[in-house]
Amino acid sequence: MNMILEKEHFSEKVVKLVVEAPAIAMSRRPGHFVIVRCGDHGERIPLTIADADTARGTITLVVQAIGESTRKICALNPGDCLTDVVGPLGQATHIEKVGTVVCCGGGVGVAPLLPIIKAMKAAGNRVVTVLAARTKELIILEKQVAEHSDEVIIMTDDGSYGNQGLVTNGVEDVINREKVDLVVTIGPAVMMKFVSLLTKKYDVPTMCSLNTIMVDGTGMCGACRVTVDGKTRFVCIDGPEFDAHKVDFDEMMMRLRSYN
Amino acid sequence: MSTTISPRDAQWREELRKAHSTKERSTIPRVKMPELDPTYRVTCNEEVNQGLPAEAAVVEATRCMDCPDPQCVTGCPVSINIPGFIKNIERGEFHQAALVLKETSALPAVCGRVCPQEKQCESRCIYHKMKKQPVAIGYLERFAADYDRTSGEETAPVARPESNGIQVAVVGSGPAGLSFAGDMAKRGYEVTVFEALHEIGGVLKYGIPEFRLPNAVVDVEINGLEALGVRFVKDTVVGKTLSYDDLHRMGFQGIFVASGAGLPRFMGIPGENFIGVMSCNEYLTRINLMGAGRPGYDTPVLRGNRVAVIGGGNTAMDAVRTARRMGAETAMIVYRRSEEEMPARVEEVKHAKEEGVTFLTLHNPVEYLADEKGHVRAMRLQKMQLGEPDASGRRSPVPVEGAIEEIPVDLVIVSVGVSPNPLIPNAIDSLEVSRRGTIVVDDDTMRSSLPDLYAGGDIVRGGATVILAMGDGRRAALHMHEALANQ
Repeated sequence: MNMILEKEHFSEKVVKLVVEAPAIAMSRRPGHFVIVRCGDHGERIPLTIADADTARGTITLVVQAIGESTRKICALNPGDCLTDVVGPLGQATHIEKVGTVVCCGGGVGVAPLLPIIKAMKAAGNRVVTVLAARTKELIILEKQVAEHSDEVIIMTDDGSYGNQGLVTNGVEDVINREKVDLVVTIGPAVMMKFVSLLTKKYDVPTMCSLNTIMVDGTGMCGACRVTVDGKTRFVCIDGPEFDAHKVDFDEMMMRLRSYN
Repeated sequence: MSTTISPRDAQWREELRKAHSTKERSTIPRVKMPELDPTYRVTCNEEVNQGLPAEAAVVEATRCMDCPDPQCVTGCPVSINIPGFIKNIERGEFHQAALVLKETSALPAVCGRVCPQEKQCESRCIYHKMKKQPVAIGYLERFAADYDRTSGEETAPVARPESNGIQVAVVGSGPAGLSFAGDMAKRGYEVTVFEALHEIGGVLKYGIPEFRLPNAVVDVEINGLEALGVRFVKDTVVGKTLSYDDLHRMGFQGIFVASGAGLPRFMGIPGENFIGVMSCNEYLTRINLMGAGRPGYDTPVLRGNRVAVIGGGNTAMDAVRTARRMGAETAMIVYRRSEEEMPARVEEVKHAKEEGVTFLTLHNPVEYLADEKGHVRAMRLQKMQLGEPDASGRRSPVPVEGAIEEIPVDLVIVSVGVSPNPLIPNAIDSLEVSRRGTIVVDDDTMRSSLPDLYAGGDIVRGGATVILAMGDGRRAALHMHEALANQ
């Protein structure tokens, strides 16, 4: 159960895992996440599903080693098993033809963005993808993203690849040159916050996918709560996607530091 | 239950009744439950109530008058033959006593520990009319169930009944799901229980702490069900991993939904999302299910030194007593009514007080304040007074104008109730759901608006007790069996 079949290092700390999970592979849609536990004394952590193969019965997870639990998961090798994989959880992404969609992702946020890019393209949208990272080595999944995007814009903080600048510079350029109907952003909370502030200025509808602290992931604990439009919402069952313009990102970033 | 192995007119019971006069019985004082010393028990997770020794149980059982019209039975949600098992204890047939319990209760060792007997069976005891303390039915129930579990006298392992080839699915492995599973397995059904979490037992594991209900007690029940052929599948969220249609495709002809009361309620006051303010579900799940705070476990938990638990129910008592065990120097209950209106069991309140918990009754939080990093540092409490009785029959709390005080805290646990888990109701389009989000069922049969789907426990009741959930499971099993057998 939950055996790791493939492992690929995207960078020193970012790993792609292909995990055996036939039931989840069948029922997952873009936007869904899983709760993963590694070891009998392990923590339950949410990870967004990057891809799935129903024929092989596998799902793909992209994990960045940032804490104890993610380090343990990243240290697993093909043949090893995750102790628990539960899902697919959350609400699936609402996919429809709206016109031009800008999908922007930072860091490992590109992984959960990929199925949304695919689905948006398949629904007949023009898809412009903006990938951003600190430096060239941290840009992931460029080839796969390019396969399903009409255009890919790369932004690096240090200018080592693509254009120098932040994700917001890339998105703003697109908004300035053509009509954008929807922006989808997934990445670190601070990145999504600034993308949201930017698109609010231009009045472009924007959807974000939040990755908060969770325990059960099924609505029971409330650890994942965020304020959206002044109301408390649970990321695990109401989300993970929300109207970015209504999310209180400052509160969310504060809550992400609960156990630091 | 219509038939019992311990009828009142059995000869041995008639003889037993004559063995002592009413006066002899009624002058015996009610037994006291042996308990761990409070100063010791706050240092560990050991069960507080130690259980009655056999001699004490026999004496307590002797107090029972074996009434011709036993009112205690009417106070029990599953109508356990209470005098029937108690008289077996009196005559020393402890194993027989356990068998009487098992006629009606799927989880006697659990119910003997967590049932609010003082509001149910014991509240109807004849002793109240004599202005005396009722027979300790709960303690005796626990005694008989524990005896059965630990004496080794238990009859040969329950034989797995011959399969009738009909598959039924259970959603959730809490008290409702377990009791349903047991009853159906005994009737020959092939039962599969799907559990969303990585542990079987539901609220009995993630919610109720071990100092009140040891996991080992729950595991015995689960092992017993496995011996009956019940299959448990963890990490499976019905409505997500598997749909209602998937269950049909897998061959399940009946589905019992016992997915529990999921969502924790918050009060919607300023500062409730600060770091260090969390639901009781989160706090208890981290500690009970995830092992947070124990060496070697990865899940973190905030250890407050000044902890406030908001609410007056059993879960609030579990949380506040857990906080003491996690090292809180000051652990407070903040409750907006007075102690008299508290929904928690009297025993839980007593235990909490013995363990040094402070009670701020007639106080209601109106705001939380945080430090510069967003960690809660204080709560502002509105003082309350009792006004007229409200819809619940309890005197409603009214704010005392201008009486607000600020109390420093570094952890706040909100325990003001739960809402039904929306996962299943949202996942099945045609299922009839109430405005509160509970699954609508026929009160008698527990059948929902879908003919093959039954439901029980908190997903139907919105927040009740283990015994009521268990009763639902048993009723649903009976009626699903009748429906399937008539097909």
